Amino acid sequence: MSEAVLRLEEVETYYGEIHALRGIGFEVREGQVVALLGANGAGKSTSLRTISGLVPARRGKVTFMGQDITRMAAHRIAQLGLVHVPEGRRIFKGMTIEENLDLGGFTVLDAEERRRRREAAYAMFPILAERRHRDSSLLSGGEQQMLAIARALMARPRLLLLDEPSMGLAPILVQEIMRTIRRLNEAGTTVLLVEQNARAALRLAHYGCVMETGRIVLAGEAAELRANEALTKAYLGA
Amino acid sequence: MPLQEILLQQLANGLILGSFYALVALGYSMVYGVIKLLNFAHGDLYMVGAFAGFGCLSLFSGWLGAGWAGIVPSILLSMVAVGLLGVVIDRIAYRPLREAPKLSVLITALAVSMVLENTVLAFTGGQFTAFSTDLGFAGIDLGLVHVTYTQMVLVGTSIVLMVVLELFVSRTRYGRAMRAIAIDPDACRLMGIDVNRTIALTFFIGSALAAASGVLAGVYYGSINFFMGFLIGLKAFTAAVIGGIGNIPGAMLGGLLLGLLEAFGTQIPGIGGQWKDVFVFAFLILFLVFRPTGILGKPEVERM
Ligand SMILES: Nc1ncnc2c1ncn2[C@@H]1O[C@H](COP(=O)(O)OP(=O)(O)OP(=O)(O)O)[C@@H](O)[C@H]1O
Ligand SMILES: [Mg+2]
Repeated sequence: MSEAVLRLEEVETYYGEIHALRGIGFEVREGQVVALLGANGAGKSTSLRTISGLVPARRGKVTFMGQDITRMAAHRIAQLGLVHVPEGRRIFKGMTIEENLDLGGFTVLDAEERRRRREAAYAMFPILAERRHRDSSLLSGGEQQMLAIARALMARPRLLLLDEPSMGLAPILVQEIMRTIRRLNEAGTTVLLVEQNARAALRLAHYGCVMETGRIVLAGEAAELRANEALTKAYLGA
Repeated sequence: MPLQEILLQQLANGLILGSFYALVALGYSMVYGVIKLLNFAHGDLYMVGAFAGFGCLSLFSGWLGAGWAGIVPSILLSMVAVGLLGVVIDRIAYRPLREAPKLSVLITALAVSMVLENTVLAFTGGQFTAFSTDLGFAGIDLGLVHVTYTQMVLVGTSIVLMVVLELFVSRTRYGRAMRAIAIDPDACRLMGIDVNRTIALTFFIGSALAAASGVLAGVYYGSINFFMGFLIGLKAFTAAVIGGIGNIPGAMLGGLLLGLLEAFGTQIPGIGGQWKDVFVFAFLILFLVFRPTGILGKPEVERM
């Protein structure tokens, strides 16, 4: 049995008075892709923000690699190798692609090592290499998503959180992003994937959790969830 | 004096004045760029810097003399002390308000400015303090215009500081982090960047540059007072806006331009020394009508 890289227990998160997470718990094990699914406003992004420390939990516990990170500052969590690619990509527009990558490798002190990782990123996403000195705001939506992922990989994450990487992309690009995630996972990266596109996510994932109004209402092996037509219809609207 | 000499003389004056403005404008612009705060207390750090430099020089002059041997360490010590003061101000006055409405932070900045001015007022009794040095008037003659070595060192020091800053911001890890925080602080935290520490560093550098400018101005004009930061704060703000606020080369350019404008403005009949500030601020208003983002400021580029 592989180790739990990430564990959430009875996690509750608020935005002021708004009770966005109402006690959620799940695990992500080494080498897995876990999909977090659900309709708009279910609390998927909030779960990721809670894990990465942007919106810390008010109650409950988040454990990463055996360490309690529930109340750790976001930058400290990132330094541990838990890297979150937020909803909407959030690339640094106005800075070049190369600078975006270097920022992803902020915790890498050795410039030579940063250069090597940049080259690895370019090899993986050749489209970025061609435009390395161009303003990142000139990239298309799909390219921006590639950059957001490449930037996260600069830190060599132990766990990668991806929030709707397929959002707003044409079907062909969605496939390409999904292939990229699979490749990353096969190369050993553990992934927690938030998706609206449940079918695509479950084809990729080992395990899935379905959220509804701040709770996990269904969880299981991805194959089971895929087979469970009634549930998929009810919860995923797919 | 023939016209040519007058122009040359004002060019020298303008460059000196402009480099003082530019050094102060840099801190203004950096802090604004990173946390979108118009730090009204910034001009007062220039004033505190001048006093700190004066204090150091008084201590050192018996031992190192009041020439450059005493002035240089005074500048460096003043930069460190005022840099730390900037960090402390950020920590106790601004950081608790990071999520607060902008207006609360602006009012806090005004309060910080008053605290600094009144503290120095209390210690000096509002008197002008003579900042005397042993720097003579030796220099070189260009036609009828005499440029002293002191003037050259002042401008040279400012230029070196600006170049070092520009290299730091464009080439180093923390320089990149500063620019990234200006764009998206939360995304920076996700990259492992300690945002508060980077902001503190911004305050340190900006305040240290203001202090350097303050000591240099004290050395140049020979007198300092608790109120000297007020007008230069406004001018530096003007310079930063003309250059494109948040933009470092813009702040340098804006500062130099403002200094030159002011120097040449005094020579225009009907303006003279009395009206030079009106002239400068009128220029700012006109300039903003035609180029609201400043010389080097870019309109926001957005693409989804
Ligand atoms: N910054 C915020 N302030 C207040 N409430 C918020 C904030 N962000 C999210 N919420 C609320 O928290 C709940 C969960 O939102 P969340 O963004 O986590 O949903 P989601 O599952 O990611 O939805 P989507 O699929 O639309 O991205 C929603 O009711 C939302 O309105
Ligand atoms: Mg979301």
